[in-house]
Amino acid sequence: MSTMTMAKALNAGLRRALADDPKVLLAGEDIGRLGGVFRITEGLQAEFGEDRVIDSPLGEAGIVGTAVGLALRGFRPVVEIQFDGFVYPAFDQIVSQVSRMRFRSHGRLGVPMVVRIPYGGGIGAIEHHSESPEAYFAHTPGLKVVTPSNPLDAYWMIQQAVADDDPVIFFEPKRRYHEKGEVDVEAEPLPLYSARVVTPGTDATLLTYGPMVRTCVQAAVAAAEEGRSLEVVDLRSLSPLDDEAVFASVRRTGRAVVVHEAVGTLGLGAELAARIQQECFYELQAPVLRVTGYDLPYPPSRVEDGYLPDLDRVLDAVDRSLAH
Amino acid sequence: MTEPAGTTATDPGDVPVQLLAPDGRRVDHPDFAFTGTDAEIAAHLRDMVLTRRIDTEATALQRKGELGLWPPLLGQEAAQIGSARATRDPDLVVPSYREHGVAWCLGVDPIDLLGTFRGTDMVDWPSRPDGFHLYSFVIGTQTLHGVGMAMALQREHRVGNDDAAANGAVVVYFGDGATSQGDVNEAFVFAASANAPVVFFCQNNQYAISEPTSLQSRIPLYRRAAGFGFPGVRVDGNDVLAVQAVTTWALERARRGGGPVLVEAFTYRMGAHTTSDDPSKYRTRDEEGEWGARDPIARVKAYLLSVGAIDQAWLDDLAAESEALAERLRAGCLALPEPLLADQWSNVYATTPDRLVRQREEYLAYEASFAEEAR
Ligand SMILES: Cc1ncc(C[n+]2csc(CCOP(=O)(O)OP(=O)(O)O)c2C)c(N)n1
Ligand SMILES: [Mg+2]
Repeated sequence: MSTMTMAKALNAGLRRALADDPKVLLAGEDIGRLGGVFRITEGLQAEFGEDRVIDSPLGEAGIVGTAVGLALRGFRPVVEIQFDGFVYPAFDQIVSQVSRMRFRSHGRLGVPMVVRIPYGGGIGAIEHHSESPEAYFAHTPGLKVVTPSNPLDAYWMIQQAVADDDPVIFFEPKRRYHEKGEVDVEAEPLPLYSARVVTPGTDATLLTYGPMVRTCVQAAVAAAEEGRSLEVVDLRSLSPLDDEAVFASVRRTGRAVVVHEAVGTLGLGAELAARIQQECFYELQAPVLRVTGYDLPYPPSRVEDGYLPDLDRVLDAVDRSLAH
Repeated sequence: MTEPAGTTATDPGDVPVQLLAPDGRRVDHPDFAFTGTDAEIAAHLRDMVLTRRIDTEATALQRKGELGLWPPLLGQEAAQIGSARATRDPDLVVPSYREHGVAWCLGVDPIDLLGTFRGTDMVDWPSRPDGFHLYSFVIGTQTLHGVGMAMALQREHRVGNDDAAANGAVVVYFGDGATSQGDVNEAFVFAASANAPVVFFCQNNQYAISEPTSLQSRIPLYRRAAGFGFPGVRVDGNDVLAVQAVTTWALERARRGGGPVLVEAFTYRMGAHTTSDDPSKYRTRDEEGEWGARDPIARVKAYLLSVGAIDQAWLDDLAAESEALAERLRAGCLALPEPLLADQWSNVYATTPDRLVRQREEYLAYEASFAEEAR
């Protein structure tokens, strides 16, 4: 057991993935010599060589498209997209090729690729550096989409994603990169596509993931001071969703509030609300509510605190849910 | 079998066009000449010095926490001033994100630039002229927009007129790293196909963050143009006279209807990629020192002093002007208006859909509920 940041945990997880399987390769802009702009791959090129940790030319379609070819020849590429807003040049490759190679080939060809994407806001960045594009990918059959919220999950989930025979879009909440947590490298990890109850509670369920998990846990602590018991569920996997864990929690509490940074319209909250009302209709005490980014392009960073869900907005939604 | 031509063999064009040597001597070139006066060169020096001052002040403001980020142009002053001063109405200028010197020449108030990096604004600025497009941060994307603007100039009958003053062209800026993007390669294809009046101005500052240009290309970048069917020229990007001469030639050719040109300004990013970057991780002090000796400002100063076009008093005045500008920037940065989240709903669509109008109202009501609680 040791204490480390999420950035270090990802680095350790990637190191172990490289050491465990000679077919694992890393590629991306500035990931080798520099160790990535967030230093997630620091030291890995020195340790595993330029053949396995590749500084790619500056082209996202090229990074992902060549990783398809490598994957088809039995390699396991883990590619880094430098920031959320720069994945779109690779969108065609991901949506039209990566996601459906298995389907197009009668199941004979898989693309065991991981696309790592630092995502989300809250870091005072200029435009294209604070986006939450997870819904585009979760909307695409054939892709799996996961996101850790803490160092322990980051350490294990990256290795599990690499080991998966299907393509995994791996969203890393960049504003949590430097928060520390306990990482037990011996413990048996949770299965990758399962949610986790991080705070048990009885009055309402907060369904969330990635950077917002911490915000929701803080909201639960604040609510507890007022005698309200909130359950916080860290979804961890956005596609597939761990339906049973979600339904079980909502059936217990009768109320659900979904919290994410991404814009609300057609986001994960919309999908969760639809599934919950179908499966838990008679157990619901209130409509499923959403606390999300507003339906705007990400605004200038000086107003991002108001744009992003925070503790107050979460508690406000909880109040509205409980008032029903 | 020998290597096919055009792969590894060197070419006379690999030697950048130079008209002013690093020691301040003017040198001749068979194809290009700078025809301006010493007074114009002194004006370039002023532009370069003031631009550098803007840049160092912005970096200092970032260090003090007043800006979130700053991408310095340090070392690229000649490439930017020389090319920008080759433009004139009705040319259109399309920058990337490091073109603070170009912005300066086109009349953008540098305080406006700071708003983007302070997080108070997006990338449109009150002082931005129509002919200067927004900064773009997605690498390479703007090259396609530039080609489209050039296609518009063709359809507006602003190309190839007998009245040369009525003709215009586009100059679009991008980096060495950007040349690997699909968008940039498609821009080359589309420009050639349309014979569009566009000058692709690539500042090869030797790095894309940590990646050296050699990782993007095995041949000098200017030579890429040949494969797309238009000329490429490599110019000493630290020589403001050569940059202006080459860009003027390329723009005039484009305005006449001669089609696209790729200009590779061979220069050096003397500073970090941005204030978040640490170049010591990927390049040596020796290399930085070598390029330091080719500083774009030093050679202009040396030349003008050697011919007596300026003197110490002139330089002292410029230094005073620089300091005044820096002070104006500091004060202006702190005085930049704070944005309001409530305003952000206004410009998503030409007409804001009802749902967004309601969302904004809900937001305002939510905000107001705090004010009530506080009372
Ligand atoms: C599509 C895209 N991918 C990645 C990035 C991140 N990024 C910002 S600047 C940069 C390097 C650009 O290098 P170059 O084109 O040489 O321009 P320079 O910064 O040297 O002026 C990268 C990779 C981006 N902005 N856009
Ligand atoms: Mg560059």
